[in-house]
Amino acid sequence: MLGLTVGTAESASSDTGKDETESNENGGKFDASTFIMDHVADSHEWHILTKKDGSNVAIYLPVIIYDKNSGLHIFSSEKLAHGHSYMGYAIAHEGKYAGKIVRVSRDGYHDGSKPPLDLSITKAVFGMMVASIILLLIMLGLARSYKRSGISAPKGFQGFLEPIILFVRDDIAIPNIGENKYSRFMPYLLTVFFFILINNLLGLIPFFPFGANVTGNVNVTFVLAFITFLITQFSGNRSHWRHVFAAPGVPFWLLPIMIPIEIIGLFSKPFALMIRLFANITAGHIIVLSLVALIFIFESVFIAPISIFFVLFMDCIELLVAFLQAYVFTLLSALFIGMATAEPEHH
Amino acid sequence: MLLQSSLASPAIGTVFWTTLIFLLLLFLLWKFAWGPIMKAVSSREDMIHNALDAAEKVREEMKVLQADNEIILRKAREERDKILRDARVAYERMMSEAKEKSQSESDAMVRRARELIEREKVSAIVEVKREVARLAIEVASKVVGETLKSDTEQQKLIERYLKEIEANRN
Repeated sequence: MLGLTVGTAESASSDTGKDETESNENGGKFDASTFIMDHVADSHEWHILTKKDGSNVAIYLPVIIYDKNSGLHIFSSEKLAHGHSYMGYAIAHEGKYAGKIVRVSRDGYHDGSKPPLDLSITKAVFGMMVASIILLLIMLGLARSYKRSGISAPKGFQGFLEPIILFVRDDIAIPNIGENKYSRFMPYLLTVFFFILINNLLGLIPFFPFGANVTGNVNVTFVLAFITFLITQFSGNRSHWRHVFAAPGVPFWLLPIMIPIEIIGLFSKPFALMIRLFANITAGHIIVLSLVALIFIFESVFIAPISIFFVLFMDCIELLVAFLQAYVFTLLSALFIGMATAEPEHH
Repeated sequence: MLLQSSLASPAIGTVFWTTLIFLLLLFLLWKFAWGPIMKAVSSREDMIHNALDAAEKVREEMKVLQADNEIILRKAREERDKILRDARVAYERMMSEAKEKSQSESDAMVRRARELIEREKVSAIVEVKREVARLAIEVASKVVGETLKSDTEQQKLIERYLKEIEANRN
């Protein structure tokens, strides 16, 4: 992978503000909030561990920035680690653009200009790529086993996945969209279901290359919700638009109020999708990390068993939430599509 | 804190990559996974459905066939009964006819025998009468004898007596 490097680097904790455990070891106060946010938030590097001597082991992901003045730059994020600047760019640590790559002046301070377009492969993007490749391998393997075994009874892994696929079809797509139209939307619903599910599940595994907070990234959930929005609006039929602009049974003098409300409703539905997935997954991660942080807050190893017990408990719940949120997102997508494509009822 | 961190702040790069990755994934899965999988699943469902339908149809046909068999069997049984009954009737009729015929034949034989006997009896009586007359004449001629020389006169006398006897009898 371009610009992807594994490296250990001497840390300069004063200006990174990143390596919380290390700052703890250095005698600084442990900041649970920073600890949690650094794990939940996206970043340009993938921190794996901090050694006893204070150096970090991290996967440095490629930075891709497009600057209007100087064009496209691709380099390893190792160059930006620990507050270093490279080619006039550095990661801002405070201010409006905290966490983003900004142009810096020669003395290393942000010059206040708008940050360049950052198309870096961040932790979330990398985690999503890993999850997508795994999903692709699983599903292509499944398709091949269907081709090989023909129409005989499903066995092995096929027997595990087929009920889920049929669940998406029989309990999500068909009841909400209807027998006649559901098949057009099945590929999207299946993809979005398994994409969310595998990212949720891999997000629970705390080891590289898993554990990235993908579905708890609002940008990711925004894209998913936006695609649902587009599909809903583009497959909307006459009665869908009539319902927006001339809701049946509403007196005409109410329309000036109703039309804006309906238009807001078009956007609020996918907005709710976006926030629901983001908030649920992020909340789960925050709870688990908080429980782990308890060990460092109390600075006692005796808290560890309690923490581990509760983390285990939370992970079980998160496992359920992983399925539940994938289900809810897909279900509501199907519901919105179904509402937009429903034939008008004759009363 | 939450909004200040990169957690909830928009990141064009992430949006860009997510869109790219998701659409690529959607395309690849659509083309190479969901298509074949859904086709295989639905064709299997169709097959099961058709097999069940066929089984149901066969069962229906079996039922009809069984009903037909029942009817055929019943008809056969009726036919058999009828044949047996007819046979018995025919047998009885033949028996009675045979009996009647033999009866009438035997009756006729008896009657003929009786008639023959009657006839024989009459002729025997006539013969006896004639013999008695001849004996009487012989005896009478021997007794009365010699006096009556002429046979013709004697014959006339005897016939006269016989007539008298006949007349007396009547």
